[in-house]
Amino acid sequence: MNKRRVLDLTLVASIGLLIMGLMTVSGGAPASPVAAPDKMLLNGAGATFPYPIYSKWFSDYNHLHPDIEINYQSIGSGGGIAQLKAGTVDFGASDMPLNDKMVGDFKVKVLHFPTVLGAVVPTYNIPGVTQELNFTADALAGIYLGKITKWNDPAITGPNKGVNLPAQDIVVVHRSEGSGTTFVWTDYLCKVSKDWETSVGRNASVNWPVGLGGKGNEGVTGMVKQQPGAIGYVELIYAIQNNIPYGRVRNSSGSFVKAELSSVTAAAAGVAKSMPEDFRVSITDSPGKAAYPVCSFTYLLVPTKIQDATKAKAIKDFLHWMLSDGQKEAEPLTYARLPKEVVAKELKQISMIE
Amino acid sequence: MSFRTAWRKSVNAVMLSLTALCALLAVSLLLFILGYLVWYGGKSLSWAFFTQLPKPVGETGGGMANAIVGSGKLLLLAALVGVPIGFMAGVYLAEFGGPTVAFFIRYTTDLLNGVPSIVMGIFAFTIVVLPMKHFSALAGGLALGVMMIPIAVRSTEEFLRNVPQTLREGAMALGASKWKAVATVVVPAAARGILTGIILDLARVAGETAPLLFTAFGNRFWSSGWNQPTASLPVMIYTYAISPYDDWHRQAWAAGLVLLALVLLTNIGARYLLPKKAHVARG
Amino acid sequence: MSDATMVVAAGGAGSPSRLRAFLRRLRSGDEIAHLITLIFASAIFLITFLLVYELWRNSALSRHRFGLDFLFTRTWDPVFEHFGALPFVFGTVVTSALALLMAIPLGVGAAIFLAELAPSRISDAVTFCIELLAAVPSVIYGLLGIFVLVPILRTTVMPFLKATLGFLPLFQGPIYGVSLFAAGVVLAIMIIPFIISISREVLLAVPAEQREGALALGATKWESTWKVVVPYARVGIMGSILLALARALGETMAVTMVIGNDPKIAASLFAPGYSIAAVIANEFSEATSDLYIHALIELGLVLFLLTIILNGLARLLILATTRKATAHA
Repeated sequence: MNKRRVLDLTLVASIGLLIMGLMTVSGGAPASPVAAPDKMLLNGAGATFPYPIYSKWFSDYNHLHPDIEINYQSIGSGGGIAQLKAGTVDFGASDMPLNDKMVGDFKVKVLHFPTVLGAVVPTYNIPGVTQELNFTADALAGIYLGKITKWNDPAITGPNKGVNLPAQDIVVVHRSEGSGTTFVWTDYLCKVSKDWETSVGRNASVNWPVGLGGKGNEGVTGMVKQQPGAIGYVELIYAIQNNIPYGRVRNSSGSFVKAELSSVTAAAAGVAKSMPEDFRVSITDSPGKAAYPVCSFTYLLVPTKIQDATKAKAIKDFLHWMLSDGQKEAEPLTYARLPKEVVAKELKQISMIE
Repeated sequence: MSFRTAWRKSVNAVMLSLTALCALLAVSLLLFILGYLVWYGGKSLSWAFFTQLPKPVGETGGGMANAIVGSGKLLLLAALVGVPIGFMAGVYLAEFGGPTVAFFIRYTTDLLNGVPSIVMGIFAFTIVVLPMKHFSALAGGLALGVMMIPIAVRSTEEFLRNVPQTLREGAMALGASKWKAVATVVVPAAARGILTGIILDLARVAGETAPLLFTAFGNRFWSSGWNQPTASLPVMIYTYAISPYDDWHRQAWAAGLVLLALVLLTNIGARYLLPKKAHVARG
Repeated sequence: MSDATMVVAAGGAGSPSRLRAFLRRLRSGDEIAHLITLIFASAIFLITFLLVYELWRNSALSRHRFGLDFLFTRTWDPVFEHFGALPFVFGTVVTSALALLMAIPLGVGAAIFLAELAPSRISDAVTFCIELLAAVPSVIYGLLGIFVLVPILRTTVMPFLKATLGFLPLFQGPIYGVSLFAAGVVLAIMIIPFIISISREVLLAVPAEQREGALALGATKWESTWKVVVPYARVGIMGSILLALARALGETMAVTMVIGNDPKIAASLFAPGYSIAAVIANEFSEATSDLYIHALIELGLVLFLLTIILNGLARLLILATTRKATAHA
């Protein structure tokens, strides 16, 4: 046997081994400690806004029920809605409630299940500035319209006396894909700025006047972290987990409010009792002295008719868990729990899933 | 020496050293990329990386075991699609093809080769994901497999053509029919080259990310069978790299090192297996 | 047996007697082998045809709504459903052009060194290393782009360019780091190996008489290379450039990670931009309305067409050089 032959045989042998290895491995999950008889995989996709808590929920739920794996991909609310419409996922997630036109587009009726409440904060990376800045509605609208271009613009320095803001270019960061967080942010800007409402509008994906695009809340946070002079809008937990400063926003009563559990809960207080049957509300710029003005419910979108009965049961069980034990995990991640009136209404809605 | 000659001589020296510099720059790029990945990726490699599933956001640790296996699965599927079609078409073009049909097949293969990878993803999405109503490893494998075809065809054809005509004639002189000659003499003679070409093709396709974005999608758990969405190394690298979490960045470097090591080792290994001066088709 | 008759036989096997005749012919192993391999080869036809068909069909809404204006509209507005390809075509073309501008001198220079100057062992070893660069996956270039290249560009290269060449509108405006410029640099690095590898081959294919003739007339090595060898191989080098360009146009991951993802047309290279492949990657799974999806697929069609044309030209050119070389040899 000469060298060439040996080489050839080794090659064939390793390919054969590889194929055999892959075939055995792909048949199941070799590392799962429990020999689960019938593993069920539920696929969901959508909002990045609640991804930190969803990923915790689905992981914890899997520890409790090893035979149920809920695979959630955070691709943005727009993606959640689109893939649910195409039928390629079992449930969707979106911070933006479906508008009437979208509801009509769905062949099977879709139910909105609010899961938690979150806040969208303006986070920034200004060299030398570590303090919390105060932002007025005009400042935020002006920045995102591209009219305010430097950090030492009077609209920003005005409410921030005592902070040394440099004459640095503002790098605006927004979302590059269809995002519920964008919807919440633009919804707020529409309510506080006529200019914004007429020129840009509110949606998951808008024609941004200026700025760089980041993918997901993750991408925006990443860009703000890397880019001196940047400002971006992200869900509160992203700013906290990544240690980047975020500002206070002036609410409808005129006070500069910081986004935290109390101010987020206050924003939902007004709507808790008068929540519509389908749960589609907007709570941005809500009245209330202590309310943070850029808050939102985030929803799981579940179809009313699910073909696979075991899947339907699994989803319903999860929803029950989410509304009870799951809520306990919200506050440590700075998401506000659902008001109890809302939970009660949702428990009733679960029975609408077949 | 006249001024003109001196001038020409110095231009000669300068320009030639510049070209040497260009080559040096190109090589140092490779060394830089390798070194950086080995340094950063090596720091974050651990046993956990290869054996654990990803952890939820905010918890450090976890690994990419499912992505590694997922990539392997996708490659197996891709090979199932790309290799038979590529190989057989290559055999056809080299051994059986008549002028007109062969021309059209070559032209179409070239066309297919020019399809941008993201467009291949769209294609797989519309013909597999939408009708099946879920994302799957199958869709991802199909996209990668179709991408493999053009190079498999070209490399098979080239190595078959390189087999000396005397071998074919010798076999037929001994009474073998044409297909017997091809199957038992010509193909084995070219086998090494063809196999290497296919392995290189697989290595190329292993690093593709774009076609997997909306076909294999992604999975935080193990995916069983062909019918479920699956994680893959390149997509994980992308997702983790654009995230803000430092822990995820570290894992992205580790995954990058693993992927690069696989691709480069395959390429280097292939060169050793090939006879010298043989040219393997690239993209 | 020629293919034409094979195909006719296969197609004409309608009536029982003709079917029997066809099967009789098939009894010979050669015909079976011929048919089987032909079937697999035709699968390529089928797949390509299906691909083009699906792209065409699934972009219908957008094509009908916008027509040719699609290529010239600047707005990309999902809210009001106005879609135009111009910002993406702009970004794709600009980044690719920038990449070529940087990669061609470097690539051709290195190829000249490797083909003309380096001793053949070194040349082979170095070429091997450079070809390894071509094997590095796009997402790894993106990874290095985000964490290594962009910070370097933002802190040193771009301010330097702004300070020295800032009078040109190309180098004005705020410096973000992620930009058309960054994408151009990353693409340049990615396509250099192709230019080097193919140019080196066409240069090596130039017959020795050309070089020797020039040297015999008293030319220096450089003069012989630059004034005789390179022009002789010019067509093949052009082919390699076109091939590299086609590759750059379709690059997705590395570009979307460093280009800034902003569908705007700006005069400055420091501004963020967007490319066709990048916008499809970012927005495809999120397109909520049918028109949106169709518009994105139409963009894919545009990109596909561009690469077809370029690849075709490149093949013709490279073919022309090698034929010329063998004809003269």
